[in-house]
Amino acid sequence: MNNSENHPLIKMSIVNKYFGSFQALKNITMEVFKGEKIVICGPSGSGKSTLIRCLNRLESHNDGQIFIDGNELTDNTKDINAVRREVGMVFQSFNLFPHMTVLRNLLIAQRLVRKTSKEEAIKIAMQYLDRVKIPEQANKYPIQLSGGQQQRVAIARALCMKPKIILFDEPTSALDPEMINEVLDVMIDLAKDGMTMICVTHEMGFARSVADRVIFMDEGEIVEEAEPAVFFETPRSERTKAFLDQILTH
Amino acid sequence: MNINFSLIIESLPEMLMGFGITLKLLFVSGFLGLILAITLLLMRLSGKFYLDWPAQVYIYVFRGTPILVQIFIIYYGLPQFDTIRESIFWPILREPTGCAILALTLNTGAYVSEILRGGVLAVDRGLLEAASALGMSARHKFIYITTPIATRIALPAYSNDVVSLLKSTALASTITITDMTGIARTIVSETYAPYEIFISLAIVYMICTFGIQKLFGFFEKILSRYTIREA
Repeated sequence: MNNSENHPLIKMSIVNKYFGSFQALKNITMEVFKGEKIVICGPSGSGKSTLIRCLNRLESHNDGQIFIDGNELTDNTKDINAVRREVGMVFQSFNLFPHMTVLRNLLIAQRLVRKTSKEEAIKIAMQYLDRVKIPEQANKYPIQLSGGQQQRVAIARALCMKPKIILFDEPTSALDPEMINEVLDVMIDLAKDGMTMICVTHEMGFARSVADRVIFMDEGEIVEEAEPAVFFETPRSERTKAFLDQILTH
Repeated sequence: MNINFSLIIESLPEMLMGFGITLKLLFVSGFLGLILAITLLLMRLSGKFYLDWPAQVYIYVFRGTPILVQIFIIYYGLPQFDTIRESIFWPILREPTGCAILALTLNTGAYVSEILRGGVLAVDRGLLEAASALGMSARHKFIYITTPIATRIALPAYSNDVVSLLKSTALASTITITDMTGIARTIVSETYAPYEIFISLAIVYMICTFGIQKLFGFFEKILSRYTIREA
């Protein structure tokens, strides 16, 4: 464990990942420092979701090394759970536990994993529900909420674990257009607070205004990595240009 | 043909004397069968071949043979072995009721474990990933996420199996047990009136089935609260 300021929170070096004979990630090397906001974009099947899923070992990489806050990700279950405590994740399909109320969704991992006392856990849960602006929904079941509200609960659930990093896997892709902004607003708010974030998203407006770096992936590789201004105005790679042309023309 | 209603009225109370035994067969083997089913399920989900494989063989054998044959093997076959007669299980296996409960338990356990497995496999993988991402252990995921959701999914098929078990209890009458069917058969052999007796017996079973359906409908409603949109 290294706590120096210059130590990257996430470090991937020459990571490869295969699904059978298909290579989903090719020689991925990257570093993310505390407080950085990274947006990963790219065509579907380019490996962007696989990349962030490797960071909390929902997928295991085949070779190379991944360090989260100095701890290497290996097969050891104990280490994995220790890393997962530090890395929050928000999914495209929300994945709220349907049989629990919103409040219980926010309590369960605090109680079981962090061993927080009940009173303390409720306090934390309500604080984050406030933060995502839906404290009044605490006792409802997920199905009774709109998609945007469910995703905000999912963000609050991740925050309750006090993670050092939050991974967003296309958090607005499953939402109706009118609900996208309420989720992005919460994410922007988090970004302002200095949370370290890695977002797989097609929301280029969000990338432009929030990201410190934009990473473009195609066919399992990192093709280009740049500050948003550079990335959108003067992309170097032809593949990036073609992708940007496609998504920005409409 | 004339239906002898007075015979029905007379024999109904007599048949209902066997209701207790029918219920006992149903509840005891249903309960023990559920415990067996959960054990088999955990063996199958363990991911360890030396647990999974025996469970699969067991399920295959008990689903692949008629329950009547299983009852006969246990009732007529087991006492042939000295080790069984000398074992602590003999007091149970000496009684036909014990044999019937054993056979019904072993049989329903095999079916129910597959029903439960279907429920477990139907739990959305995304929920388990979310739980993993929160750092929850495999055991916590199974207890707090998989079990409640799989129970809800498996309940309709499980209630079907309980109804099926109720009717299987009638087979106990073939090994001298005086459950409702056993009594009915005795009355028929005395009165030579199979229509009246068996039709009224059928109606009694239907009423029991109705009760089971209602009970499970109630459970289903409780377990499905969270799937309904309006508060």
